Amino acid sequence: MIRGIVRFVDERSGAAPFIKKTLRYVFPDHWSFLLGEVALYSFVVLVMTGIYLTFFFKPSLTQVHYHGQYLPLEGRSMSEAYQSAVDISFRVKAGLLIRQTHHWAADVFVAAIVVHMLRIFFTGAFRKPRDLTYFIGLTMLGVALLEGYLGYSMVDDLLSGMGLAIGYSVLMSIPFVGANLAQLVWGDPYPGKHEFESRMYSMHVLVLPILIGTLLALHLALVAARHHTQFRGRRATERQVVGAPTFPGYAPRSLGLLFSVFGILFLLGGLVQINPIWQWGPYHVADATNGAQPDWYLGWLIGALRLMPNFDVTIGNYTLVPNPFWGGAGFPLFVFFVLYTWPWLERRVTGDRAFHNLLDRPRDAPWRTAIGVAFFTWVFIVFVAGSADRLFVFFGISYSVQIWIMRVAIWVVPVIALALTKRVCDELVRGEQVEVRRKAAEAEALA
Amino acid sequence: MKRWLGALAVLVLGRGRRKPRLGDERERIVQLRFPDRRAEGFVAFAFIAAAVCAIAFPVIYAVDSIPAQTQFLGLSLGLAFLFLAVACVGLAKGVIDDETEEEYKPPSNPEEQEEVEQIFAETGERFTRRKLLWTAGGTAGVALGAALVTPALSLGPVFHTGSLYTTPWRRGRRLVDEVGRVLRADEIEQGVMYTAFPEHADREQMGAPLVVVRLKPEQLRLPAERKGWAPEGILAYSKICTHAGCAISLYRKPTFAVVEPHEAFVCPCHYSTFDPAKAGKVIFGPAGRDLPQLPLQIARGGELRAAGNFSGPVGPSWWGVRLHKARSGP
Repeated sequence: MIRGIVRFVDERSGAAPFIKKTLRYVFPDHWSFLLGEVALYSFVVLVMTGIYLTFFFKPSLTQVHYHGQYLPLEGRSMSEAYQSAVDISFRVKAGLLIRQTHHWAADVFVAAIVVHMLRIFFTGAFRKPRDLTYFIGLTMLGVALLEGYLGYSMVDDLLSGMGLAIGYSVLMSIPFVGANLAQLVWGDPYPGKHEFESRMYSMHVLVLPILIGTLLALHLALVAARHHTQFRGRRATERQVVGAPTFPGYAPRSLGLLFSVFGILFLLGGLVQINPIWQWGPYHVADATNGAQPDWYLGWLIGALRLMPNFDVTIGNYTLVPNPFWGGAGFPLFVFFVLYTWPWLERRVTGDRAFHNLLDRPRDAPWRTAIGVAFFTWVFIVFVAGSADRLFVFFGISYSVQIWIMRVAIWVVPVIALALTKRVCDELVRGEQVEVRRKAAEAEALA
Repeated sequence: MKRWLGALAVLVLGRGRRKPRLGDERERIVQLRFPDRRAEGFVAFAFIAAAVCAIAFPVIYAVDSIPAQTQFLGLSLGLAFLFLAVACVGLAKGVIDDETEEEYKPPSNPEEQEEVEQIFAETGERFTRRKLLWTAGGTAGVALGAALVTPALSLGPVFHTGSLYTTPWRRGRRLVDEVGRVLRADEIEQGVMYTAFPEHADREQMGAPLVVVRLKPEQLRLPAERKGWAPEGILAYSKICTHAGCAISLYRKPTFAVVEPHEAFVCPCHYSTFDPAKAGKVIFGPAGRDLPQLPLQIARGGELRAAGNFSGPVGPSWWGVRLHKARSGP
């Protein structure tokens, strides 16, 4: 039977050599090579659950009064968008499961991309010939952040509105063009024209997913074109890649991972509540709630906004750079700038322009590892600052004291992390050298 | 009976099972290894468990009397996928030793690179006025690009930022609460923060909502030009934080005045803190501009009215925000 199918396909497409090659395509084996796959499979869940949600969600800011299943909201004035999201949660059977799974998948998607990116960074997998793959991956991370933000902003619950007000303010704060850009995007002073909702919707369900899908295809095509990287081994060298072929060796492993991601996401979606929008209530300009936290992947931005001391850059009475610019735009732009330029920077400093198919262990490139740890520690402390109000609730440390500690810590701790990491890397390498010499001496003694 | 059952089992289970072909004349691609029957049983069990969970899903969906339907739906679907994953891992164990190697592609293909370059170079030789063509073509490209971008301007009034200064407040406008009741001065108690809106105006704009508090008149440290803006010590400020546009919904007040900090407005988004006694001055957090104050007056009946517009533009800042004053709009 297989013979028959293969013949049918091959005679019409001539694809038999391609199929044969694909089946025996080599996947080097290491647990950390699976992180990107987790992101890929979360994206599949996002698309599937997302399509289902579009069948019920109504992207409209027309104000209505709620008369539905959830009695605490009875009679409240809200947008049709929010009402339809509440209805998905209470009226549509299995709707809450799909909505929560979608939200969990988004959180896991971005988390997997970030951890995958860290793996790529610390093993030097971004070096030529895979720097282009790395840039595309970074771009996907940026698009994914925006996509997630628009997703939870569309719902028009209280948190959506607060997040959008912040987004609007950050856009407004861009020097010279901010106010104009904000007027262009929102169509009016905040909360903007009603059309803004449909703009977010078409970006979230059409433009950005297609963009992510396209970049993803390009990313995977480049990975396949240059093959995977691998750690050095007896047979694993710069010229030869060793691992399990797609079929039968690798396919069941990858499918196992796919089903695990699906399974865990649906378990989370069914059992662990996330973004209970009915509790937040509808958004109105005059409303805000205390202790609000965005989805985790925006924590670094809220942290940066909170850590900034209170000043606008002004010349006399002329405001040049309003405050939110630094935390909301300057900080993330700088982080992405560093990540984009790192391969070039490293090439410049080390003079290493060679092709690399073998990965570094983090200790093998102590300076990269140390600087990387310092850099990500810096970002991480800013991220933690985004939850300072929650830390206050849990540990009782005064909010303003925390902010002052972190304003200092973001500059001190990374330096310590740098020195410590460099030291650990050097010690590990030295330990190995001692081991090698000991073994050589032992062999000599035996002989 | 036992023997009959045994024979039946052999018949059913034994059917279709092929002996591994040994000694095939072609070179093997997937290496031969004797199968592990217990592992195969395990995989089959996992598949059946996945099927059972998957069947449970539509059943749970159909039976409305089940409490916590969402949880059970998630449980059945999630477990179905996880059992599938377990089956895959079992299958993977059977082929775990399938390993192969492949040469990496050469770093580059200099010959083809040169040929590509040659194709373009030789094409270029067919044209003599290359510079002119490049310039003209480039001009066309840029002009057309600009033309195609033009419709995007319909999104919003990109060149008109004047409406950012507009608020619905003007002299004489009454303050109403969340349900539209007119606020009276004698209802404003100390230690409470009230939200107020302009009467008969759209509330869904940043210029509309106010926070109203009462301080002791001797606490006030307003600048000289704002004398009389806070009758009886009642103060009104914009409710929208000048940092990132969130609504100020926290009012910090001392419960033990001797040692605790004095009254302050706090925004819950980034904890910008404003001093109501000192004309909305920023005392903590990231806000870079004081909170705009609305002058109040108490009308003859004791109701609160605006005595003018805000001291400055409302909401988040932008470049040149302080160039104009707040203006009264609809």
